[in-house]
Amino acid sequence: MYNKVTSADIAALQAILGEADVIFGEAINPDYAHDELGGISCMPEVLVRVHTTEEVSAVMRHAYERNIPVTVRGSGTGLVGAAVPIHGGILMETTRMNKILSLDANNLTVTVQPGVLLMELAAFAEENDFLYPPDPGEKSATIGGNISTNAGGMRAVKYGVTRDYVRSLTVVLPNGQIQTFGAAVAKNSSGYSLKDLIIGSEGTLAVICEAVLKLVPLPKVSVSLLVPFPDMKTAIEAVPAIIRSKITPTAIEYMSRDTILFSENYLGKRFPDTKNDAYILLTFDGNSDAQVNQDMSVVAELCLEIGALDAYIVDTEERKKSVWSARGAFLEAIKASTTEMDECDVVVPGNQVDTFIKFTHELADEFHVRIPSFGHAGDGNLHVYICRDELNEEDWKATLSAVFDRMYQKSVELGGLVSGEHGIGYAKKEFLRRQYGETPIALMQGIKKVFDPKNILNPGKVCF
Amino acid sequence: MKILVCVKQVPGSNNVEVDPITGVLKRSGIPSKINPYDLYGIETALSLTERFGGTVETITMGPPQAEAVIQETVCMGVRCGTVLTDRRFAGADVLATAYTLSQGIRKCGEFDLIICGKQTTDGDTAQVGAEVAEYLQIPNVSNVLSVEDYRDGKLFVTASLDEKIVTMSISLPCLISVDGDINTPRLPSYKIRKTLTDDSVRFLTFADFGDQDPNHYGLSGSATQVERIFPPEKVSQKHNVEGDAQTQAQTLFALLGQKKML
Repeated sequence: MYNKVTSADIAALQAILGEADVIFGEAINPDYAHDELGGISCMPEVLVRVHTTEEVSAVMRHAYERNIPVTVRGSGTGLVGAAVPIHGGILMETTRMNKILSLDANNLTVTVQPGVLLMELAAFAEENDFLYPPDPGEKSATIGGNISTNAGGMRAVKYGVTRDYVRSLTVVLPNGQIQTFGAAVAKNSSGYSLKDLIIGSEGTLAVICEAVLKLVPLPKVSVSLLVPFPDMKTAIEAVPAIIRSKITPTAIEYMSRDTILFSENYLGKRFPDTKNDAYILLTFDGNSDAQVNQDMSVVAELCLEIGALDAYIVDTEERKKSVWSARGAFLEAIKASTTEMDECDVVVPGNQVDTFIKFTHELADEFHVRIPSFGHAGDGNLHVYICRDELNEEDWKATLSAVFDRMYQKSVELGGLVSGEHGIGYAKKEFLRRQYGETPIALMQGIKKVFDPKNILNPGKVCF
Repeated sequence: MKILVCVKQVPGSNNVEVDPITGVLKRSGIPSKINPYDLYGIETALSLTERFGGTVETITMGPPQAEAVIQETVCMGVRCGTVLTDRRFAGADVLATAYTLSQGIRKCGEFDLIICGKQTTDGDTAQVGAEVAEYLQIPNVSNVLSVEDYRDGKLFVTASLDEKIVTMSISLPCLISVDGDINTPRLPSYKIRKTLTDDSVRFLTFADFGDQDPNHYGLSGSATQVERIFPPEKVSQKHNVEGDAQTQAQTLFALLGQKKML
């Protein structure tokens, strides 16, 4: 159905990008065949490294004319195979489009290219006394990738997700046309929001080449609380009570002792406290010590009433680093603790988090498999990992399939959705289809056809 | 074991600017915190009492507001602490600081072990610990990485010298200065903070000290004068590793070894 990449195509791409940025055949590093979880793997026929919107446009025009599939890739930190070129063709890497183009302090926006890393943007914003609120755990992900998955992260409880911070996007459509959706404005009731269709579309509708992102003033004070509980049930039960208190922490994360110990092993660094089975980690921010301390005290008292054993104060750069660096390493730490794993990124209503976590423990017992988890207790987005450990290939596949079936079914029962922030990509398509049913999927396919009639941009992902 | 940890209140941010004209740290509006290096000392002390029994106290020299850092150490599990505060202590260099601390320590009682952090983030001299030991006439080990054991009245410590790591025994009473990053300091407890009482911090002034010669304290007791303070030069180096994957890996491995990262 698609054309294979020929030597003439290579020559055409080299004419656009120069020889150094067109890599083909065995010269392509095998890491380009997979993303972070590696469940699906396929080598591209040619890897191109783009630097400008015009180069992206020229490559897409060529691919469109020649009917060659194109998959866009940032840092490759995705977890559902969205950036894997499952039909071969061209893999377009955007990491060289990594410039922060401008800061507009009057409109509180920053304009970036898609290859800027989240950690670079966060540091740039902070240097200029601003905050870019989305805060996914994977700081080496690109902003293009964050927008493509509508990444959420740890501050979503108070600040929302990536979508809430995208003002406009300049994209290249599959036929090579350059187009800007949205504008650097605070309000927009101007027709269908095409910008919002691109956000979370996982590279299936257009190639993101430039983004205008909203910033907020940097809060002057930020303090975290690490709250130990005797068990996970009590810890999770505290979360709805915190939400009801009308104090809005920026983050409410839950973590078990086991996960913290994996992280200690992985980082070679001790966590400040590992004596208890379950912890909630909260952050409060604001512009005065008095206000932040007041919020923190209200929540600490509430947690103590519910059964917390204490509430540890995390108030200096060093203390924050000792706690949050461990939190940021959980995914890699669990990965390092097993032979292979797959993940479930469901999101359930906040008051169902406890029920879902308990259910994962039941599944672990029933299927004799390790299922560690951590996640955003405050927004209901859980990261649940099924670990292969010593299972043979056949048993692993059967167990994984059965456990996933039950988990996604439970998520639907509880009013949840397939993915909170990692996306659908290739790996979760079937679960999306099962949950949404015919009409929503047909609508998604219709949108895809309007943007990409030849289905050359990241084919085989999300809804196809 | 009766342990005393010396702590200092320092600017809360690591990015404090130096006024290029006066050479003075711009502390205005900057919150303060415990010197991060001292936290490793507190953790070392609390871990030792968990293993071998005993009590931990803290001591600091500074303005009355330094009470906050003593209270914070109490929230970490320390029993109580002392603030040495007097206008006559102001402007002290390392020598006068060490002397003032030694006078305060004598007033606080007998201790088996005194622990200092390696250095402070606002002074960076790394000399006060050794000088306190000298004034108290007790043995001292610097750059301690860990306390391995305590038996027969002796402490067995591992310390880092420039070229090698040594393990030695030291008789009590003694003073050790611990390196940074040797442990993960415990966090202050909200529960303890709620129940803090006034008697957890005591204040001592010049009038409480045995040596009543004001020329031994503060600016007049200082052997050195600060002519100029300037921020350290920031040096960043880039090392490109060339060659195929195997060569790159070998070069990188050797480089990390040289830098003592492996």
